[in-house]
Amino acid sequence: MKKSWWKILSFVLILYSVIWGFLGDVPRLPILNETIRNLYFHVAMWFAMLGMMTASLVYSIKYLKSSSSAHDLAARIFAETGLVFATLGLLTGMVWANFTWGAPWTNDPKLNGTAITMLVYFAYLILRGSLDDPEKRGRLSGVYNIFAYVLMIVFIGILPRLTDSLHPGNGGNPGFNSYDMDSRLRMVFYPAVLGWILFGFWVTRLRLRLNALRTKPVDELFENLQ
Amino acid sequence: MRNAITLLLLTLSTSLLAQRPVEMADTMRDNGKIYVVVLVLSIVLAGMFIYLWTIDRKVTRLENKKNEE
Repeated sequence: MKKSWWKILSFVLILYSVIWGFLGDVPRLPILNETIRNLYFHVAMWFAMLGMMTASLVYSIKYLKSSSSAHDLAARIFAETGLVFATLGLLTGMVWANFTWGAPWTNDPKLNGTAITMLVYFAYLILRGSLDDPEKRGRLSGVYNIFAYVLMIVFIGILPRLTDSLHPGNGGNPGFNSYDMDSRLRMVFYPAVLGWILFGFWVTRLRLRLNALRTKPVDELFENLQ
Repeated sequence: MRNAITLLLLTLSTSLLAQRPVEMADTMRDNGKIYVVVLVLSIVLAGMFIYLWTIDRKVTRLENKKNEE
C-alpha cells in the first residue's frame, strides 16, 4: 500500500481531468468550439507515449551497459505500452481531425511523422522477434531503440515545426505559446499528462511482474488462485 | 477609389466575422445535464481502476507465493 501511492495518484489525476475537463471553462475558439477539450485526452495520449518511449530508451541504454535481460525486457514492454498510447492518440486524432479539419487523415507533417514513428517502433518489435539469441537480440535492438527515439524526436518534434502544419505550435511557432494554451487548459492538461504517464508505468510494471512470474513453472500457482 | 471601397468592405467583413460569438455547449451546462455525463464517465473510470487494482493485488499474491517456495 505504501509503495502504491503513485497508482492512486494516477487514478486521481485522470479522474480530475475527466471531471474538470468537462466542467471547466475553456477558451471560445472558432471551428474548434467545445472540441478543444480533446486536448486533455488526445494530446495526453501522445505525451504518455513520449513518456513510455523515454523509459524504453533508458532501459535500452541500461541494458547496453549491464547486459541484464530484465533491462532488455523492460525496454520492450515500455515500447509496447507506448505503441498502445500511440494507437489511441492516432485514432482519437482522426476523429478530432474529421470534425475540425474535414478529413480523418490530412497530409499534415505531424500526422505523417507520427505514422512513420509508429512504423519505426513496430520495426523495433519485429527486429526483436526475428532474433533468437537473447544477447544478440538485446544488443542489436538496444542500439536500434536509441535510433528509434532520435527518429521519433525528429519526426514529431522537429520536422513539423519546420514546415506548415495544422497542429498548433508548428510552422515556426513555439509549442504551447500563450495563444494556443491558456492557463485554464494547462490546469487540466498537465495533470492529465502526468496521470496517464503514471498509468502507463503501472500497466507496464504489471506486465513485467507477470513475465517474471512466468519464467518459472507457476501454472499450478495460477490454478490455486482461480 | 474602387480599391479603397473593396478594402473597406474587406476590413468590415473580417471584423464582423471576428465578432460573431463562438458557439459552445452553454445550454447543456446551464441545465446541469453535463453532470450526468461526468458522473457516468467517472463511474466507468473508477470501475476500470478498481479492476486494474485487483489484478495488481493478484499478481502480488502470486509473487508472495512464489517467494515462499
